[in-house]
Amino acid sequence: MIKEKQIEVKNLTIGYGDFVLLENLNFVINKSDVFIIMGGSGCGKSSMLRVLTGLLEPQKGNVIIDGKNFTKSTTIERGAIMRKLGILYQSGALFSSMTLAENIALPLQQYTKYSLREINELVSLKLALVGLAGFEEFYPSEISGGMKKRAGLARALALDPEIVYFDEPSAGLDPISSHLLDKLILDINHSLGTTIVIVTHELASIFAVGNNSIFLDGETKSIQGYGNPKELLKNPPNEKVYKFLTRGEKEHE
Amino acid sequence: MKYKVEKNILHLELSGNYLEYADDKTITSLYLAIQDKAVKVIEISAAGLQKWDSTLVVILFSLEKLARDRHIQIKDNQLPLNLKQLLELAFSVNRNPVLKVPKQQGLLEKIGDWGINIVQGSSKGFYFLYESFCSFGRLLKGSAVMRPVDFLFSLEDCGYKAIPIVSLISFMVGLILAFVGAVQLKVFGAEIYVASLVTIGMTRIMGAIMTGVIIAGRTGASYAATIGTMQVNEEIDALKTMGISVSDFLVLPRMSALILTMPLLTMWSDFMGMIGGAFVGITMLDIPFQRYFELSIEAINLSNFLVGIFHGFVFGFVIAICGCYYGVNCGRNADSVGLATTKAVVAAIVWMIVMTGIITILCEVLGI
Repeated sequence: MIKEKQIEVKNLTIGYGDFVLLENLNFVINKSDVFIIMGGSGCGKSSMLRVLTGLLEPQKGNVIIDGKNFTKSTTIERGAIMRKLGILYQSGALFSSMTLAENIALPLQQYTKYSLREINELVSLKLALVGLAGFEEFYPSEISGGMKKRAGLARALALDPEIVYFDEPSAGLDPISSHLLDKLILDINHSLGTTIVIVTHELASIFAVGNNSIFLDGETKSIQGYGNPKELLKNPPNEKVYKFLTRGEKEHE
Repeated sequence: MKYKVEKNILHLELSGNYLEYADDKTITSLYLAIQDKAVKVIEISAAGLQKWDSTLVVILFSLEKLARDRHIQIKDNQLPLNLKQLLELAFSVNRNPVLKVPKQQGLLEKIGDWGINIVQGSSKGFYFLYESFCSFGRLLKGSAVMRPVDFLFSLEDCGYKAIPIVSLISFMVGLILAFVGAVQLKVFGAEIYVASLVTIGMTRIMGAIMTGVIIAGRTGASYAATIGTMQVNEEIDALKTMGISVSDFLVLPRMSALILTMPLLTMWSDFMGMIGGAFVGITMLDIPFQRYFELSIEAINLSNFLVGIFHGFVFGFVIAICGCYYGVNCGRNADSVGLATTKAVVAAIVWMIVMTGIITILCEVLGI
């Protein structure tokens, strides 16, 4: 079965000022994939995410989302594309002055014409989806780090996005919370068919959820591995990918 | 650390502890000995070496590097194994020490950098101003994404919660104005004019300036810190990716609240300053209360009063813009929040003084 392309990255060069971080990258993320962007610390994973979400302009190249050029889009076009995206930031990035319900209601109020009653219902449903039913009136400062991430995910899912980006979802979580979050990501992918893009270097999560991936290498500023993480482990394209996927504990024969 | 040169062999003896070792003289003379004399071999003995830290590694690394450059043989077999391993690591890894000696900039380069910074800073500032005006436009059209609760919260924060500090400072300024004025006016037997001096001074400019300085330090700093922390916590990124205008959501409620409250606080400050002046006039200059009150009312001039209120309005705008601008453009670490706060307060005060100058010239031209 040929999968439909959702995100296409063409000749992308990322950097800051004169400094080039990653050069001439090309890859495709298909619809309903759980796509992992992995690599060592400082290789440019988070910068890649910033480019994919429109927070950073690339030095060269384009990001095409559903056939539309996201990088070169006008403000109105970009707004329409952004409507399809949900993002879970590393810290959750919940607005501290708002309750969880207000946080999740914000994108709904911005983009939909639902009544207050309908918004309340939706908020409560989204919180239930991430296992936070009953926490509507809590403030971000009153819940744990794992709960903040789940609440951030509920906000990211508020508008039923086609693509959800995750920035280091396991960072700062204990193994059980991390496993639960992985399970939640898979549930969302299976039940809603959402395309998931995860930036991470957590091997457990990579193998648990990823069905496609790229391995970024800061030294060569390029993609050193591209494919299913389990396949990459079985048939590593090079030493760097093998070392990364085995935590550097084994030498590639 | 001791060394001696015999024929063409330099004997270096390491003994005792080398913790935070700072015998600069010996080290410098050692490096010079290698460069000046015809040394062909360096023999390092470390029989008495006890405790050491990274400083010794750096010294030996520099020594070996110098020796390698001059093709001097090094015999360091006696060095402890872990020290030798660290030295090998220092040579084998392609390191890039980032703490370089700062490059001396020429005058032209400095002027160029300064000019570029000014142009870049100004264009960013003007764009921020333009965005803020657009948000106001959207507010008037009813399409701005501003939560009423944020506006009310800002109104409460910069409004009645600021009254105690504004009252105290304005009372003291009125008191000081009256006291300093009285000393001079007494010479001419004209202390009765203290009431007019305080009233005109407070209503025309001092009320607005003092309120502005207090609000810049209190509310402007709070705006920069709050928005800066939101930048650090990726909340601003989240807003942008949700397609919500940062200017509408964060700047507009704060700016509207300050523009509304500053003229009111200025009026209150004028009143409290006059009370402070009255305190000196009545208690120290023995001016009867009734007389002081009459003289103050006589000195109130509508144009002076309105100029003061206009100053308050402009200062409210300036403080809000500076606080929000530095908050939104804050870096992504804790240090930058502190820096943003400081910059916001300093910029607000500087711009308030500049605006006062412009308004004063305008008033002069218009004969107000």
